[in-house]
Amino acid sequence: MPRITHRSITKKLTRMNMLVSGAALCIACVAFVAYDLVSFRQAMVYNLSIQAQMAGSNSVSPLLFNDPQAAENTLSALKAAPNVISAGIYTLDGRPFATYWRDRNGQGQMLPKVPATQTEAHWFKDGQLVLVRTIVFEGKPTGTVYIRSDLREMTHRLKRYAGIAAIVLSASLIAALLVASIFQRAVAEPIVHLAEIARTVSREKSYGMRATPTGKRDEPDILIGAFNEMLGQIQERDGALQQAHDELERRVEERTAQLAAANKELEAFSYSVSHDLRAPLRSIDGFSMALLEDYADRLDEEGKVHLQRIRAATQRMGMLIDDLLNLSRMTRAEIRKETVNLSSLARSVAEGLQEAQPERRIDFRIEDRLEAKADPRLVRVVLENLLGNACKFTSKKTSACIEFGKTRQNGNSAYFVRDNGAGFDPAYANRLFGAFQRLHGATEFPGTGIGLATVQRIIHRHGGQIWAEGAVEKGATFYFNL
Amino acid sequence: MDKAILLVEDNPDDEALTLRALKKNNIRNEVVIAHDGAEALDYLFGTGKYAGRNTDVLPQVVLLDLKLPKVEGLEVLRRVRADKRTKLLPVVILTSSNEEQDRIDGYGLGANSYVRKPVDFNQFIDAARQLGLYWLILNEPPPSRRS
Repeated sequence: MPRITHRSITKKLTRMNMLVSGAALCIACVAFVAYDLVSFRQAMVYNLSIQAQMAGSNSVSPLLFNDPQAAENTLSALKAAPNVISAGIYTLDGRPFATYWRDRNGQGQMLPKVPATQTEAHWFKDGQLVLVRTIVFEGKPTGTVYIRSDLREMTHRLKRYAGIAAIVLSASLIAALLVASIFQRAVAEPIVHLAEIARTVSREKSYGMRATPTGKRDEPDILIGAFNEMLGQIQERDGALQQAHDELERRVEERTAQLAAANKELEAFSYSVSHDLRAPLRSIDGFSMALLEDYADRLDEEGKVHLQRIRAATQRMGMLIDDLLNLSRMTRAEIRKETVNLSSLARSVAEGLQEAQPERRIDFRIEDRLEAKADPRLVRVVLENLLGNACKFTSKKTSACIEFGKTRQNGNSAYFVRDNGAGFDPAYANRLFGAFQRLHGATEFPGTGIGLATVQRIIHRHGGQIWAEGAVEKGATFYFNL
Repeated sequence: MDKAILLVEDNPDDEALTLRALKKNNIRNEVVIAHDGAEALDYLFGTGKYAGRNTDVLPQVVLLDLKLPKVEGLEVLRRVRADKRTKLLPVVILTSSNEEQDRIDGYGLGANSYVRKPVDFNQFIDAARQLGLYWLILNEPPPSRRS
């Protein structure tokens, strides 16, 4: 398992620890050294000023008696202080009276001029401390003492401090590392563990996993507790969802099986209807005709009319059976959608209709380049029915006009078949598409009342809608989309 | 002499009407009637009731109904096509069924024609006339095995 998270959070914690302790130590060291330097310098000035006082007091009589040798002897006592580089006594008028040099090669060098104004002063310059004091005898100034000291001791001290600071710093950083590793166990490890569990859960979707609580009642522990609870809830819901899904699956399977059985039954039924219901009809029609042909001389006119009625009814029954079968077939047929050229399909249907009634002159107006994604066989049935109906219901008009095109209705595009025929009463428009529903008497216009029901089923099976507009004797328009 | 027509039909009404329709069209061939699929196969292969029949003499055409007792029409067709003696025998399916599946299966098994029996007897007579004209007069039968 990759340990990136582990490395990252512990690294961050360690770095933070080191930075904080390092910074604190640095600030403390700097403050301490600065304080120490200041007090050391004050001590240096104090010590040097005592030495200057002593040298000055001992030089009063040599100054008064003008004995430079005695003054230099006094100054040479400064040898005991190795930090003093040079010293000098000046007369009141600023003339050098006696000098001292720590190094012999410094002899002969001139002492610097002491500014007359600075008679009680000290200053640090070029790593050296210079101190000037006025020699006072019985309340009167008698001369000036001058001492120059190096800061070697202070430099030593600084170096020592630097060494100590380095040792303390590294020791405390090591201590910080140790502390970090302890804290890592307490803080980082539970979080890293939590992160690993979270990653595994999200990758493997195994909501049964749980993070191990630290048992310390601290924030990571609360976090782990909450995380586990959340996992529990997810697991619960997941289980419920899976159960619901399984249940649904089972029910779908059950229904599918039921549907398949029902479909099979329906198929057997249709087959039976197609085969067995027609056979007796054939017998009725056939033997009626045999009667008409072979026994015509023994039947009066009324008997012959009865037989004709029997034959007509039989044929009508045959048509009904065929239409019903067609309707049921359209319901069961598998839909295979492809791009269909509706215009040429409509033209071919129109030609067929015109050929069937050569005595009529029908004005077909078919819009060009109409295409749709549909099952070509089924959409042909739609056009055959709609155009066939239009033909039928215009049969009593002197000039029939049948249009097929595309338009927009209520913001949706729709195909339409319009005729100028008998139309229908809009009050019964909702009955148009019901099976066996007819708005005209059989003597007026023939038909079984199944055509539009078949059309509607095909349209619905394509996911489309069909509706109609019309008025009595003002023609009808059927709209549909696929 | 004209060859026989084998009519495989279980419904006596349909049998009578078919015979009448053939007669109306002046088709004088002998019509052999089998009332179920098994009988049809017996006739064609000289078995059972027709044991000893000269099976070299095949009918000119078989008019085969699909829904038959004992052996189904499609099964009769399958066996006729499977036997080398009757492999080339013209078989016309004459049925009430207009189911697409029946047509697919019929042609798939090697039917020569598929004719639906119309309810209107006038149409039926017309169909019989055309069948007779085509299968008995126009159509050249496959050469019999002996010749």
